[in-house]
Amino acid sequence: MSTVEVPVPTLPFGKRFTRWFGRNTIRIYAVVGFTYLFIPVLYTFAFSFNDSAKSNLTWVGFTFKNWQNPCGAPEVCDALGNSIRIGLIATTVATILGTMIAFALGRHRFRGRSATNTLIFLPMATPEVVLGASLLAMFLNFGINPGFWPTVIAHIMFCISFVVVTVKARIASLDPRLEQAAMDLYANERETFRRITLPLVAPGIAGAALLAFSLSFDDFIITNFNSGTINTFPKFVYVSAGRGIPAQANVVGSSMFFLALFIVLTGELIGRKRRKR
Amino acid sequence: MAFLQAAAKRANSFTGKPSRLPYLLLLPGLAFLSIFFILPILNLAATSTQSPAASGEIGSYVQTFQFSNYVNAFLESREQFARSFIYATLATLLALAISYPLAYAIAFKSGRWKNLLVVLVVAPFFTSFLLRTIAWKQILGENGPVVGPLRALHLIGPQTTLTASAFAVVTGMTYNFLPFMTLPLYASLDRIDPRTLEAAGDLYANGFTTFRKVTFPLSLPGVVAGTLLTFIPAAGDYVNAAILGNPSTKMVGNVIDSRFFRIVDYPTAAALSFMLMAAILILITVYIRRSGTEELI
Repeated sequence: MSTVEVPVPTLPFGKRFTRWFGRNTIRIYAVVGFTYLFIPVLYTFAFSFNDSAKSNLTWVGFTFKNWQNPCGAPEVCDALGNSIRIGLIATTVATILGTMIAFALGRHRFRGRSATNTLIFLPMATPEVVLGASLLAMFLNFGINPGFWPTVIAHIMFCISFVVVTVKARIASLDPRLEQAAMDLYANERETFRRITLPLVAPGIAGAALLAFSLSFDDFIITNFNSGTINTFPKFVYVSAGRGIPAQANVVGSSMFFLALFIVLTGELIGRKRRKR
Repeated sequence: MAFLQAAAKRANSFTGKPSRLPYLLLLPGLAFLSIFFILPILNLAATSTQSPAASGEIGSYVQTFQFSNYVNAFLESREQFARSFIYATLATLLALAISYPLAYAIAFKSGRWKNLLVVLVVAPFFTSFLLRTIAWKQILGENGPVVGPLRALHLIGPQTTLTASAFAVVTGMTYNFLPFMTLPLYASLDRIDPRTLEAAGDLYANGFTTFRKVTFPLSLPGVVAGTLLTFIPAAGDYVNAAILGNPSTKMVGNVIDSRFFRIVDYPTAAALSFMLMAAILILITVYIRRSGTEELI
């Protein structure tokens, strides 16, 4: 965009100030906002280097030993392993089921569409404590003990809606002419889906899977109701909050942060390269 | 001929001649949600009207359609109910005040850093929610960087602490649900064509008038979505109240949790859950109707 420089007469101070305000305050504000967002993350990261014996609430001294031996504190890695297993299974199932629903809603007109939309919206509008309590009450009624699989089921249940919403948004943003063009070039419906639609929707599905995993991995309330004696990472942190959280938990939290950031940024870079091509 | 076939197929999939395909796609997911979401909610409704079994065994109840459970549960926990809604409203308003300028800056002022900044808004999410809440306990605690300066400036008394207070609970809630507010706001602000703002300027609107008459109304769907996505989890939350609060900041979530696990009083827990859910759904419906953004759902 090229603009022609026009000599601007000097504005009165009030106007100059409003302009400056409009141009810069918002940027300064954004910096402050991001600082606020990251202070607790920095705290968590800093305290992962704390040379604390038991309780990691006050600063003792700097050490790398927590990072060298993240499984040093008992239960941390056990809980982490459970969280990852539950997260991977729940993410896979929720992504498949949710994507199917998203395609039905995004690409087809059928009777019961608005009822389906409501059914997808409801779990998101229900507080976690209600979701967790209701599911546990039902499991107990049917004589199913809380544990690993009830937790997986609970996680699939609350992840589906988020997957549907994310993938549906991606499908809605597609240009239908691309698919029409494929069909004009003699691709049949299946080929069009496999070679045009699916690759175009794939980033949305990947994003939905990442969202589902992070929701599942970070969930405490619903898990606490349905997991019984199975320990997950958030549950471990919550339970040990009273008697002191080992610094290894901060190592795990920080690692998850960097890992997720790495995945998202790599995805972003790949997307950028593709767009340039 | 092939062209006609392709055209026919296209008509089939795009104009929506009734087919079985959408139902096949919906079946597994909706069946799952029916069994593990609808059924438990119905079961919860049934549980909420049960009374203790005659045997007197702890945790065993029989169906008696005891609707007075609701009245009793409400009367016992009305303070916690009120607190849940007050704290959630405060946290939502604070989150809106913090997020709006942030989302605005990302949408209009960030240039090529836009995508990176959106990632950064979500990034804190990936550090465990509980670890971040505990970090706030440290930040607001006696050895943290906040209490000292506030005391030195005599803004708070020398004995006043920030942790274990309603202030800390609302702070934690505001922080924890912030991305739920920022992302929808960003999405709706980003959709605004900058030319509409230029047009407002051309029509002699100053910055504030442009914001009030153009930007804000256009971002309303994002405001509605963001406030709902923040308010709902905040109203049902009990983790912030448990970690950052004290016994007099208990919310309805804390009561449901302790009724369920410590007292095994399932009917009361169920009645409270049901009332919480109903209250939230009524609020959402009224709110969406009033703000006129029904296409949201």
